[in-house]
Amino acid sequence: MTRDDAGEVEERTFAVDLLTRVEGEGAFTLKVAGGEVVDARLKIFEAPRFFEAFLRERSMHEVIDVVARICGICPIAYQMSAARALERALGVEPTAPLLALRRLIYCGEWIESHALHVFMLHAPDFLGYPSAVEMAADHRALVERGLRMKKTGNALIELLGGRAIHPVSPRIGGFSKAPSRRRLRELRDDLARSVDEARETVRWAATLDAPSFDVDYTFVSLSGERGYPLESGETILVSGRAPVALDDWGDASPEMQVPHSTALHARLADGTAFLCGPMARLHHHAERLHPAAAEVMAEVGLERSVTNPYRSIVVRAVELVHAFAEALDLVEAYEEPEAPYVDAAPRAAVGCGATEAPRGLLWHRYELDAEGLVRDARIVPPTSQNQARIEEDLVALAPTLLALPHEEATHRCEQLIRAYDPCISCATHFLDLRIEREGV
Amino acid sequence: MASDAPAPGATGRPRLAVYKLASCDGCQLTLLDCEDELLHIADRVHVAHFTEMTSLSDTSEPFDVTLVEGSVTTAEQREHVRHIRASTKLLVTIGACATAGGVQALRNWRDASEMLRVVYARPEYIDALATSTPISDHVKVDFELRGCPIDKRQLLELLTALLTGRKPAIRDESVCMECKRAGNVCVMVARDEPCLGPITHAGCGALCPSYDRGCYGCFGPHEAANARALGTWLREAGAPAAEVKRRLRLFTGWSPAFREESERHDEG
Ligand code: SF4
Repeated sequence: MTRDDAGEVEERTFAVDLLTRVEGEGAFTLKVAGGEVVDARLKIFEAPRFFEAFLRERSMHEVIDVVARICGICPIAYQMSAARALERALGVEPTAPLLALRRLIYCGEWIESHALHVFMLHAPDFLGYPSAVEMAADHRALVERGLRMKKTGNALIELLGGRAIHPVSPRIGGFSKAPSRRRLRELRDDLARSVDEARETVRWAATLDAPSFDVDYTFVSLSGERGYPLESGETILVSGRAPVALDDWGDASPEMQVPHSTALHARLADGTAFLCGPMARLHHHAERLHPAAAEVMAEVGLERSVTNPYRSIVVRAVELVHAFAEALDLVEAYEEPEAPYVDAAPRAAVGCGATEAPRGLLWHRYELDAEGLVRDARIVPPTSQNQARIEEDLVALAPTLLALPHEEATHRCEQLIRAYDPCISCATHFLDLRIEREGV
Repeated sequence: MASDAPAPGATGRPRLAVYKLASCDGCQLTLLDCEDELLHIADRVHVAHFTEMTSLSDTSEPFDVTLVEGSVTTAEQREHVRHIRASTKLLVTIGACATAGGVQALRNWRDASEMLRVVYARPEYIDALATSTPISDHVKVDFELRGCPIDKRQLLELLTALLTGRKPAIRDESVCMECKRAGNVCVMVARDEPCLGPITHAGCGALCPSYDRGCYGCFGPHEAANARALGTWLREAGAPAAEVKRRLRLFTGWSPAFREESERHDEG
């Protein structure tokens, strides 16, 4: 469609060929003609890496090391979802102190990932800078605070896991080695200071100007017995619908291949696009937040059901408070476990497991043979689940863009995509698609 | 020798670029994980291209130093890496993907079209090469940093050395040496844990043995690695051929030393 003689049908395309300040490689196009959206695509062209294929015939003990490499930003999420799925297949349950350590290392990952996103990837959008480095020239204290918090999260992971990226200690049944109480307690001061800094972050994020835009979301989040959803859960909550048992999630949200993406798209079986991640967790579990997080949330007047994606930065900040405060509690209460892991004998079995990655629900399913070799693996990462929702948000956003200058409209789309904290390496399980680049 | 330092760009600071190919982003994230140093680095170098960190991209003139993460797995990446080489004075490849093909090189032993079908129902949408290969298979590389992921201390040492024009102090030795310095008891002796430490390049600080498990070789072989001797030893200690092969074929399995030895245990 092009402009007709009378100039009535005007076509506009908003596009970015390479998204920046996101994890991995993607692009988007939003085409509007005569006021109607004719095309909205989040294009993921990250080269696929075929994890599910080469997990086959690996030993069950190697799975946790291998799946970490799907994503450098949330390796622990992959390790923990795999550990849950394998333990459920093998019929073993780590002891309570080991499960507490899992929550603790997972808090470290939420901190590291959320602090990275809030301060380095997302904040520059609100304050008008190309990156946190330029932002630091005018807002040095803010950027330094973000880096300090991120460092505390990484220090926690390093102590428990050996290193911040692709930690080596998580294994089936627990950890290869558990930290000493003394070493862990050395982190207390940093964690306590960080709880305060995270509270400050919520107050600051709540003052940021968000474009007005609201969506009637179907929120999806894990639910388990232990607190705010994190390292385990047996049920998946879907707003406005019946909960789904963990083992049924693969059928409840089938993944589909679309021509413009190397990531698979997941939707509910009836085609509904849904949202997972911080906003969905808060919607379903606000009453499970740590009191420190609940208090500051009330103080800034944040509602539990945030429907404006541009305000996800505030929700992430609330989760930062939660993660620091819970980590501090776990450190205080820590008793060294008798054994760092519970042994698991191989057997032919199938197991599903899910955890809440910083970006949302991460579901795994493994089929093992009697020797403990993987016969089949399936991984559904948060970003492939959010992808369809991002595209529908772009469609909904379109009418508000037409009156804006082109550059500003394009930036608003990019900012929306960034608000999801998409993790493109995760979403790409996976292959390279030829991208048709529409001439703009 | 200051004369070896890269000539500064127009901003008066050396120009740094960061690119990725097929990878997990973990190695470039290592740079953002330098929380104490990041703002100082940004004061001293001009980050001219680094999509994960900044929306600015200044490709107007050649880069002084370019860090590349990831392996070559598509025809497009093969072109891209040539283009990167042509636009930089020094090319540094970072991590197991970039220096050895990474975990995705496991496809190199398999039928790639079968791999595609396992993940994608409609493989015709996808363009992927049959192999995942290190960048040095395609273009000249000036320096390689090992690891999956790279080690932060080694990265800082390398950047400092390149910026001041001296030789990076990165030792080519085995993980065993680091284990000894850390005062670890050998996991092979104490726990009967198979360990790739004797043939693996140092740099992690003997992480796995310090956490009571055997090294899984994510830094790849060191120069003088005798993979054959270790493979033989593991077999004699009772490990089945399939297991020895699997252990060698993980994050750096496509490195020549690990590849050759793993193929020796291929039972067909
Ligand atoms: S070498 Fe490892 S950490 Fe680095 S990009 Fe590749 S998979 Fe990620």
